[in-house]
Amino acid sequence: MNSDMTEPSSGRLWGYLAALTAFALAVVFALWIPQVQGGSPVHLTWNWAPSLGVSLGFLVDGLSLIFALLISGIGALIFLYATGYMGDHPQFGRFVLFLLLFMLSMLGLVLARDLITLFVFWELTSVTSYLLIGFGHENAQARRNALQAMLVTAAGGLALLAGFILMATASGSYDLARILAGEGLQDHALYAPILILVLLGAFTKSAQFPFHFWLPNAMAAPTPVSAYLHSATMVKGGVYLLARLHPVLGDTPAWVATLTAAGLVTAVMASVLALRQTDLKTALAYTTLMALGTITLFLAGGSPYALTAAIAFLVVHSLYKAALFMVVGAIDHGTGTRDVARLGGLARAMPWTAAAAALAGASMAGLPPMIGWIGKELLYAGSATLAPSALVTAGVLIANALMFAVAGVVALRPFWGTPGDPPHAPHEAPWQMLAGPVILGALGLVFGLGAGLLQPMIDATVTGSLGQTRAAGLHLWAGVNLPLALSAATFALGTALYLTRDRLRGMIGGLLERLPGFDPGWDRLLDWFRDFCAWQARLIQTGRLREYLAASFVVLALVLGATLILKRPVIVLDLSAPLLVWLIAGFTIAGAFLTLNPHSRISNIAGIGTVGIGVALIFIFFGAPDVATTQLMVETLSAVLFGIAMLRLPGIVERRTGSQRLRHAALAGAVGLCMTLTVLAITSQPLDRHITTYFEENSYSLAHGLNIVNVILVDFRAFDTFGELTVVLLASLGAYAVLKRRGARMRK
Amino acid sequence: MKSLILTTGARLLIALFLVFSLYVLLRGHNAPGGGFIGGLIAACGFAIHAFASGVAEARRALRVDPRVIGVLGLVCALAAGLMAWPLGFDPFAGVWGEVAGYKVSSVLLFDIGVYLAVVGGILTLIFALEETL
Repeated sequence: MNSDMTEPSSGRLWGYLAALTAFALAVVFALWIPQVQGGSPVHLTWNWAPSLGVSLGFLVDGLSLIFALLISGIGALIFLYATGYMGDHPQFGRFVLFLLLFMLSMLGLVLARDLITLFVFWELTSVTSYLLIGFGHENAQARRNALQAMLVTAAGGLALLAGFILMATASGSYDLARILAGEGLQDHALYAPILILVLLGAFTKSAQFPFHFWLPNAMAAPTPVSAYLHSATMVKGGVYLLARLHPVLGDTPAWVATLTAAGLVTAVMASVLALRQTDLKTALAYTTLMALGTITLFLAGGSPYALTAAIAFLVVHSLYKAALFMVVGAIDHGTGTRDVARLGGLARAMPWTAAAAALAGASMAGLPPMIGWIGKELLYAGSATLAPSALVTAGVLIANALMFAVAGVVALRPFWGTPGDPPHAPHEAPWQMLAGPVILGALGLVFGLGAGLLQPMIDATVTGSLGQTRAAGLHLWAGVNLPLALSAATFALGTALYLTRDRLRGMIGGLLERLPGFDPGWDRLLDWFRDFCAWQARLIQTGRLREYLAASFVVLALVLGATLILKRPVIVLDLSAPLLVWLIAGFTIAGAFLTLNPHSRISNIAGIGTVGIGVALIFIFFGAPDVATTQLMVETLSAVLFGIAMLRLPGIVERRTGSQRLRHAALAGAVGLCMTLTVLAITSQPLDRHITTYFEENSYSLAHGLNIVNVILVDFRAFDTFGELTVVLLASLGAYAVLKRRGARMRK
Repeated sequence: MKSLILTTGARLLIALFLVFSLYVLLRGHNAPGGGFIGGLIAACGFAIHAFASGVAEARRALRVDPRVIGVLGLVCALAAGLMAWPLGFDPFAGVWGEVAGYKVSSVLLFDIGVYLAVVGGILTLIFALEETL
């Protein structure tokens, strides 16, 4: 930490390296464009858990390539921006690491060809975004908001996992390419639960109503994170999923109704709330919600117009929103405030930022000749194909007009007019922070003027990934038609809203005070859950080892006893055994009696050790030297551990009453009896040797080993062994931590 | 509690334990033994050393913090498991090859990982118990 503080430039180096990495990835993806546009998606697959039908597979088709290009391309600009914005932060290296991990998770999510792969990357984006939102972890609000975002999206992720498992059950495969090539699941008996679970996942991730509340709170993150995660990428994960599964789950009444309702409510509500904000960043956060709602709304449809509009608007939004977030960060950086009331006339001091803001803002407002104009025209053309079209068109019109007004607030108001009174004199941002907004803003203009540039990619997505026969055309001038008239209405309404925004803000605020908020409800829910956990812990966790053991043994005796009574197995008592085995058995039983001595711990430990060694001897007798050696070593070490721990305890003082002792004796007797009967019942059955035979036959031919036990451990079941090793190590590290803390406390 | 007999005996025993543990580890693929048993034997050796000469002395003899040994073992096992992936096999499948006439495999690396994880895990626990209780 200290070395970081003295040489902040080393952090910057990581920022540049990460920017280069993202740029290199973008180039790799760009090289795939011709092949994907030619109609042949790229498939990459490695076996992961073949016995479960799970693979680490990636699929690069039109849809995933658009996302991958946006993620890596905008990612490169964000890394550059972050280096200028917070490169001298003492923990900038850590920040870059988190952001890079996030970018890779996001790429994995959109490129995944396997449902489980997709799920794993989905959860990774939740975890990395938790780390990024809570990056300013000294701030309690940041921690709380990070936790909220993680709980909401991770809970959605669990629903999604259940949905995916049902999908694999219904379609017979975890392979997305095969599921998409199949006939669709719309008529399957499991369709309803699959749809509900998948939509829960998608709506929480993409912050659709009623799960929208976490997104504005996520603005606690540093601005580069907001610009990247909460506008261009992570929140698009849910939208990506909806688009991806549209061919197999879409076009049913339930799909259309749910997506239309959630999308429309989110879009209109968010754009109203956006106008209310005076903090530029929060205002942008709400407009992101509006965009996500709009995309969800258009994914409800099944027509080429609706789907083209959804995909085109997705690209449009990513470009201008990332640019505007970076502009807001530059304003914050240059003036020390994001409050719109204190800003004005910054264009003179920050000409480049102003230019980028003007370009991105024009795209957001949907002015020609920006790509935003084309996107808006497509939205109007598409909304005519959605049902109920009048309602949808009216909703989209209101939302777009509000966007127009907010674009004015964010991109116009701070830069022109009378100078405000910012905390310090405005200065232009460094080049690293200008590259992103300027390039993205300019791209909005390039793609607007050259509307045909995006067409092949949109075609590949709408026809190749979404299963339509054709995509709608992207045109700067589509003739005099309904969308043109609606655009004119949008501008008129938007201008009116912009001019009356101060009065509207008061009205919306007054209205909101009368509605119950989502955030207090969330906090109450968490408080209630915490109380519930505390209550059940008090109930179950008495803190007395004796009671925990008694509970475990009662359950064991009940389960075994019930099984024995219900199954009534045949028990053959065969007492013929060599004398030596009888001797070992007697020795073991004698050890067991030694553990009953209530006065001396050392004799108890010795008794347990005797039993263990007796069992080891029996293993030797029946030809399992491996197991016997292991048993001996384990017995030795546990005697040592018991010795260290128990001999330091105070002497045994019997405090149990007679009836308690009687109850314990009855419990011990019951467990012993049930266990004995179970073992006898098992040995009375003929031994099933088919697994043994399999390993005997294959241990040398498949795994080149003669010691079957070892071959099973390190080869056939290596993954299980790895899990066990992890458990062993974590358990001892946990014990280490507890012991050291206790030691430190006792020294105080 | 220092016992001259135990201290002197432990010096001889620990070497024997360690050599024997390596022997058991290496022969484990074809004869009784393996990384788990080997690791237990080695841990017993150091446990005896810790009782005879004290934990500080045993830590010095070990040179490396047992926690590091354990994590190193986990890394070895993971590396052995994932090694198969880029070579075109399923993850955690054994990969075999021949170097100068000797058969070598990722399985041995995995078993060494088991050995180290067991040694590290158990000694972490024993040393911590001895030091704090």
